[in-house]
Amino acid sequence: MNAKVPADARPRLGRLFRFQWEPAQKAYVLLYPEGMVKLNLSAGEILQRCDGKRSVAEMVANLEQSFATTGLRGDIEAFLAMAEEKGWVNWNGGVESAS
Amino acid sequence: MTSPRPPHPLWLLAEVTYRCPLHCSFCYNPVDFAAAGPELTTEEWLGVIRQARAMGAAQFGISGGEPMLRDDIELLVGEARQLGFYTNLITSGVGLTEPRLAALKVAGLDHIQLSFQDATREANDLITNTRTFELKQEVTRLTKEYDYPTVINCVLHAANIDHVDRIIEMAVELGAEYLELANTQYHGWGFLNRHTLMPSAEQLRRAEAVTDKWRERLGKTMKIFFVAPDYQESRPKKCMNGWGEVFLSVTPDGLALPCHTARMLPGFEFPDVRQHDLASIWYDSDLFNRFRGTAWLPEPCRSCNEKEKDHGGCRCQAFMLTGNAGATDPVCARSPQHGLIDNALELAAKVRSGQLSQPIVFRDSKTSRQLARAF
Repeated sequence: MNAKVPADARPRLGRLFRFQWEPAQKAYVLLYPEGMVKLNLSAGEILQRCDGKRSVAEMVANLEQSFATTGLRGDIEAFLAMAEEKGWVNWNGGVESAS
Repeated sequence: MTSPRPPHPLWLLAEVTYRCPLHCSFCYNPVDFAAAGPELTTEEWLGVIRQARAMGAAQFGISGGEPMLRDDIELLVGEARQLGFYTNLITSGVGLTEPRLAALKVAGLDHIQLSFQDATREANDLITNTRTFELKQEVTRLTKEYDYPTVINCVLHAANIDHVDRIIEMAVELGAEYLELANTQYHGWGFLNRHTLMPSAEQLRRAEAVTDKWRERLGKTMKIFFVAPDYQESRPKKCMNGWGEVFLSVTPDGLALPCHTARMLPGFEFPDVRQHDLASIWYDSDLFNRFRGTAWLPEPCRSCNEKEKDHGGCRCQAFMLTGNAGATDPVCARSPQHGLIDNALELAAKVRSGQLSQPIVFRDSKTSRQLARAF
C-alpha cells in the first residue's frame, strides 16, 4: 500500500496534459505545453483509465482483469504516486500542482 | 556520427506575422523584418500544418510578432487541434479579446503563454514603448475565466532584473501556475541592444537568490523557470536541442527554418514552403543538413568530450559574434574567441555605469527599414 495514493482516490489527468495515441511514436504519449512524454505500455494502460471516475481500487481490478493477472496494485500505486508528483494526474479535489 | 535518417520534427512553430503592437527592444525577430515578403495566406498555413503533422510533429506553436493581429488564428488552431497537435498560443495578450478567446476555446486551443515585461506600469510601458500594462492584467483574468492555466513569460534584462521580487509577487497575485523568467536572448533587436540589456553578474546573482526564496515559499503552487543569460554561462546551449532534430519554424513569409532566428545566417538559400514540401525541406535541404549532428563541428568542438551535449552551441550567436556560422559558439570558455564575450560584458558594464551611453533601439517598422544589415 502506497501511503501517498489512497485506495478511494479517483485520479484524473492534470488539465495541462493530453493523453493520446501518437502514430509517429507508435506509443501513447502525454502532451503538455511545449513538451511530450512517450509512455511505455503499462503507463499508457494506467493513464488511459485515469478518468476522474474510477477509484484506484477499481483501476487495479480492471487492469488485473484486462491482463488476466494479479498483484498489480503495488506497481500501479507506485506509478500513480510518481505521476501525481509530476503533475500528470491529481485526485479528490486536491490542489492541482504545477508539474 | 549522424544517423542515416534524421528524426522527424516534434515541433512546428508558426511565426504567423512580424507585425506587433509592442516595440520591445529585446525582441529576437530579425531587425530587417520590414523587408520580409508577404505573409502566408490561411490556406498556405493550413497546408504547412497538415504536412508537419503528417511528418509526426505533435507540438504546434503560434507566435510572431503578435499573432492575434491575424484574424485566422482560430482557424489554424482548430485545424491543428483536430489533427492531434497540442496547440500553444504565444501572445502579448494585445488583441486577445473575449470573443476571440471564446472562439479559440471552441477551436480546442490547449495552452496560452502570456508575455509580461515588468511588474509596474511604468517599466512595462517603457520597455514596450506602449501603454499596455492594465490590458495584460485584464487578459490574464480572462484566460483564467476560460479555464486556461496561467503561464507567464517575462523576459529579463538589466532594467527589470532588479524587480524580480515584485515580478514574482505579481505572478502570484495573478494566480499564475508557471512563471518563466528568461533572460534576453541576444538575437535580432536584442543583439542590437545587448549592451543595454545585459545585467551584471551581481544583479543576476541577486535575482537567482530571490527566485530561490520564492520557490521555497511557493512549493508546487507555482513553478518558476529561470533562464540565465547565455553570455554569462561558461558552456553554450545546445542549439534548438539539435539543429534539424526537433524543431521546425516557419516565418511569416513562408521560409522554413531550423530555429526562429536562422534567417540571419549568410550563404543559405532558405527553403520556401510555397515552393517545396515540408518533408523534402526537413530531410533534404542544405539548410537543415548543414549543422545537423556533430560531424560538421570544427575544433575545438570536434575533439571535445561535451560535443554531444551542446553540438558546439548556437549557430546564430557564432555568426553574430565571429562572422562565421560554423564556428564554436564563443560563449564556450573553450572557444578561442571567448574574448569576444568578455569584451561584450565589459562594454555592457560601461553602459550600466553610465561611462558609455547607448540609445535603446525600439523594434518598429520604420527603424527596421532603416537597418540594412541582417542582424
